[in-house]
Amino acid sequence: MTDSDRPTVSSAPAGDAVVEVRGVHYSVGRREVFAGLDLVARRGRVTAIMGPSGTGKTTLLRLITGQAAPTEGEVRVWGERVASLGRRELFALRRRTGMLFQNGALLTDLDVFENVAFPVREHTDLPEPLVRELVLTKLHAVGLRGAARMMPAELSGGMARRVALARAVVMDPEILIYDEPFVGLDPISMGVIVRLIRQMNRVLGITSIVVSHDVHELAAIADDSFLLSQGRCVASGSPEDLRRSDSEVVRQFLDGVADGPVPFHYPAPDYRDELLGSRTPAGGRRSA
Amino acid sequence: MTGPLVRDGLVTGALRRVGAVVVFLAAILAQLLPALARPRLIVHQIYNAGARSLIIIMLCGLFVGMVLGLQGFDLLQRFGSEDALGVAAALGLLKELGPVVTALLFAGRAGTALTSEIGLMRTTDQLAAMQMMAVDPLQRVVVPRFLGGVIAMPLLAAIFSMIGLFGAQLVGVQMMGVDGGAFWSQMQGAVRLDDVQEGFIKSLVFGIACSLIAVYEGYHTEPTAAGVGLATTRTVVASSVLTLLLDYILTAAFL
Repeated sequence: MTDSDRPTVSSAPAGDAVVEVRGVHYSVGRREVFAGLDLVARRGRVTAIMGPSGTGKTTLLRLITGQAAPTEGEVRVWGERVASLGRRELFALRRRTGMLFQNGALLTDLDVFENVAFPVREHTDLPEPLVRELVLTKLHAVGLRGAARMMPAELSGGMARRVALARAVVMDPEILIYDEPFVGLDPISMGVIVRLIRQMNRVLGITSIVVSHDVHELAAIADDSFLLSQGRCVASGSPEDLRRSDSEVVRQFLDGVADGPVPFHYPAPDYRDELLGSRTPAGGRRSA
Repeated sequence: MTGPLVRDGLVTGALRRVGAVVVFLAAILAQLLPALARPRLIVHQIYNAGARSLIIIMLCGLFVGMVLGLQGFDLLQRFGSEDALGVAAALGLLKELGPVVTALLFAGRAGTALTSEIGLMRTTDQLAAMQMMAVDPLQRVVVPRFLGGVIAMPLLAAIFSMIGLFGAQLVGVQMMGVDGGAFWSQMQGAVRLDDVQEGFIKSLVFGIACSLIAVYEGYHTEPTAAGVGLATTRTVVASSVLTLLLDYILTAAFL
C-alpha cells in the first residue's frame, strides 16, 4: 500500500478515540435498531461491545466499516466521517482495518495458504518468496502452519476462525474487528481465540473491537465494555465496572436472567384471546 | 397508465428489475478494463463455463442434429429434394438451433452454477469479507465470470453446430442413404458467411444476456438457503425466456 492510498488522517495518539459513534439512529424497514447510540473505541485497547441477540451488534460493525450508513448521527474512524467517504477513501480505510467474520468467511475455492495470501496478492506486488514468508509467519502465529494446504471445507469451526484471523492481520491492520468470535466453539478453541485476541492486541498494538455476548470470555480480554440494549448503550466502563453495576439491564444480562427489562416474551396479543379466539398469531399466515 | 397491472405493481416491479439489471450491467462495464488486466481469472472462468459444459453441449448437439436429419429427410423427400438435407441442416443449426439450444443449455448448466456460486459467496459473507479487505467483489468475482460466459457461449454454439451437422450427416447420409457428395457440396454452395455471422451475433447476444442474468441473480441473492434456490430458478426462467425473445427480435432484424 502506498502512502497516497491512505486516508488523509493521521493515526490517533495512544489512548485517543479511534472509532467514535455519536447519536446514531439506524432503522431496518420500520424497526428501529439504534435510537441515539454513543460509544468510543480507543487506540491500543480491546473494546467489548455486548448485548442480547438482536440488539444490532453486527449492524454496528457494518456502520463502522461503511457497509451501511446511519439515518442520523455519525460514525467517525480516525476522525473521518465514514458515511461521507468516497469509494477510494473507504477502501483505503478498510486496508487499515481487519475484520474477523462470525463464520470466518474464508473463500471456499482457495486453500488456507491462498486465503491468507489473498489480500497480499490483491494489494501488493511482493515477490512470491516474501508472500510465502509473510503467510507462513501469520499461519504460525495462529498455530496452523501445518494446515496451509487444507481447503476451508476440511477445517473445523475453530480452525476456520484462526485462519480468518491470520488473514485479517496479514496486512498489519491498525484496527481489528471481531464479529462474535466465540460462537459455536468448543472450550479449547474458545480459549485459543481468547488468547489470540489478547496476543494480537498486546504484540501488534492493534485497536480491537470485539462484538459478542459471551460475558466471561470478554471480561478476560476487554479493557472497555459497552452494553447495548434497545438501541442504546445502557452501560459502559471496564468489565469490573459492569460487574459492580446495579442497573437492572446489566444485572439481567450478566446473570443470564430470562425475564426482566429485556422481556422473555416477544410482544404479542393477549394469550387467552389468541387461544380461545379464531385469530391467527400476529403477522402469521394460515397453513394450507 | 393506471391499469390493474400497475396497481398490483407487476409492471412497476418488472420495470424496476429491468432498470436494476441495466445499472448492474453499467457497473460491470465500468470494471471491464481493470478486470481485463487479469486475464488468468477470465481464462479460469471460460474453463468453468465453457469446458465444463462441453459434454452436455456435444451430446445434445449430436441428438438435435440426428433429429434434424430425420425430420429434414422426411420433409424433403416429399418434394424429391432430399439432396438439400445438408443445406437445411446447416442453416437450421448455424442460424437458429445452435445459438438458441446452446443458450438454453448454458442457462441450465453454467448459468445456474454461476448464480449458486456467487449466491453462496453472498450467503457465507465471502463477498462482504472481500469488501472488508478493500477488494471490489464486482471486479474480482462478477466481471471475470461475466466475461467467461460471454466468451464461452459462441465457442459452445460453434461446437454444438459442428456436432449437430455430424449427427445430421450420420442419419441422412449413413442411415437414410442421401448422397454424401450432394450433402456436403450443396451445403458448401448455399451457406454464406452472412449465415455464420448471424449465428455468431446471436450467440454473442445470448451470451451477454444469460451471463448477465446469472451474475445479477447471484450477486443479489437473499442470503438464505431458500434465497439461493430462488435465485437459481429465476436465472433459468429469465435466461430461457429472454433468449427466445431476443431470438425473435434478432431473426426479424436479420431478415
